[in-house]
Amino acid sequence: MIMNRMNKGLLYFVLLIASCLILFPLLYTLSSSFMTNGESATYPPRMLPSHLNWDNYMNVIQTIPVMRFIGNSFIVSTLIMIGQIVTASTAAYAFAFLRFPGKTFLFALFLATMMIPWEVIMIPNYLTIKNWNLLDSYTGLIIPFVASAFGTFLLRQSFLQLPGELFEAARIDGCGHIRIFLSLVLPLSTPAIATLGVYSFLNHWNMYLWPLLITNKEEMRTVQIGISMLQFEEMTSWNLVLAGVVTVLIPSLLLLVLGLKPLVRGITAGALKG
Amino acid sequence: MEKNVTLQHMLKRTTFLPVFSTRSMHTNRWLERILAFVFLAPSLLLFSIFLFYPLLKSVYLSMNLTDPRGRVVQYVGLRNFTDLLTSELFYKSITVTLSFILLTVPTGIILSLILAWLAQTRLRGIHLFRFIFSLPMAISVGTGSIIWMVLYHPTLGTLNYFLSLLHIAPINWLSDPNWALFSVALMTVWMNLGFQFIVLLSGMQGVSEDIYDSAQIDGAGPLKTFFKLTLPLITPSIFFVTVVSMIGAFQSFGQINILTKGGPMNSTNVMVFNIYQDAFMNYRFGTGSAQALILFFIVLILTLIQFKVLEKKVHYQ
Repeated sequence: MIMNRMNKGLLYFVLLIASCLILFPLLYTLSSSFMTNGESATYPPRMLPSHLNWDNYMNVIQTIPVMRFIGNSFIVSTLIMIGQIVTASTAAYAFAFLRFPGKTFLFALFLATMMIPWEVIMIPNYLTIKNWNLLDSYTGLIIPFVASAFGTFLLRQSFLQLPGELFEAARIDGCGHIRIFLSLVLPLSTPAIATLGVYSFLNHWNMYLWPLLITNKEEMRTVQIGISMLQFEEMTSWNLVLAGVVTVLIPSLLLLVLGLKPLVRGITAGALKG
Repeated sequence: MEKNVTLQHMLKRTTFLPVFSTRSMHTNRWLERILAFVFLAPSLLLFSIFLFYPLLKSVYLSMNLTDPRGRVVQYVGLRNFTDLLTSELFYKSITVTLSFILLTVPTGIILSLILAWLAQTRLRGIHLFRFIFSLPMAISVGTGSIIWMVLYHPTLGTLNYFLSLLHIAPINWLSDPNWALFSVALMTVWMNLGFQFIVLLSGMQGVSEDIYDSAQIDGAGPLKTFFKLTLPLITPSIFFVTVVSMIGAFQSFGQINILTKGGPMNSTNVMVFNIYQDAFMNYRFGTGSAQALILFFIVLILTLIQFKVLEKKVHYQ
């Protein structure tokens, strides 16, 4: 019993140290974002501000279009998310329940697309978007990502796990495929759809390379590009930059808090499939 | 496996399909095919434009020289490739990428294994710790890199301050060619920890309690249980994390573009950064595409090898 208590204490101690190491960069960011210019540039570096100084946040919002960046990222990620849910769920339904020639081949083709790293095809895609005059547009940021092989695969797996008797009953009632899809399969698969939604939103919220290539105008920058451009313009005052970082982190953190469960479910589905 | 599933489904389906007449069967089948086509069309169209066509176009571009607007000016056959294979910078970028993978993937996986092992215990407040350990997942390359840029600052940064407390001379984290890749790797390990932790933790939670109970009855200590039981049982998760992390490491770009721009002295010039520079800074879309194809084949071969070799050793419960 005493041994057990000691073990427990030790375990908490190790957990605490690990948490401190992982959290340190974030806590430091948070604390610096409240420092005044003078406080953030002293040596030895201060760990805590003298008081909660909200000026940096006011400054960031006034001098840099952070809200615009957040808005852009929000529009882009949301539309990609909706697009992926629509294209992946229809494709998954076809693969799970419809009979058509070439099904195995097409499914293998879908799976094979997951092997192509995005970086390999970015040059032609950039040229395509440029030829279509879509540089600096939402369409250019969104359209290459609207179809998702991963999403199709994930949803197909979950569709196949639905009980077959349900379909029999629906069929006997005279339901066609479209009715079955819309009023039976989709509502019953909300957990998997939520997984795909959170996964796709977070992924594209964090997208870096494509928006870097596609956007030039400041008002079209997404969060990731906007915030990293900040560094070159404002590197003299960290407190300001870090206040910007915190502003941008808040939506992602909120999403993680709300979406951790479906996200874990999705990742595990991938892991088990191996 | 895949065939079995569809086959079973077909069998099941045909038994309850109402068979009225051969003609309605026929139209039914055609309707089903048309519907399937309609359902697949959006994905197929998008994949064709933004995946298959670019892949072919990459092959085409890699055999040509282009003008800065991406229009082909001259066919050069395999010269882009032979140029690359004789270019020192290209080999440098390959070795840098491999070192980067060696620095980030094993470290990350070992650390997250330890974290997952610590966090699978049933203690009060363990959920808080689990949340903290998965937090880095919410951090993107953009924000993560800026945070670490501040920490790495040579004179005012906190990391050098901590070193000075230990009486260690300050390190030029990002401007010393011997340290730059390490620094970028350190930041990357931190950033990927959340994802790896989540996968490994859910792997460990999938192992049934009975196995642990019987191990305890047999008198196995926690370390022995970990190495002899937990580790072999979660090989599928470890396998998955390794593949995903390696492919991710091959594709690293953001942190390098923000923190070091491939420098100093190309010491952090990973492949994707080199492609980016060739194609979008020097407008040499031809050599850029040639490199991209080489990257594609390396990733492809690696994935296949990993699946072949590791799959055999993977223990499925």
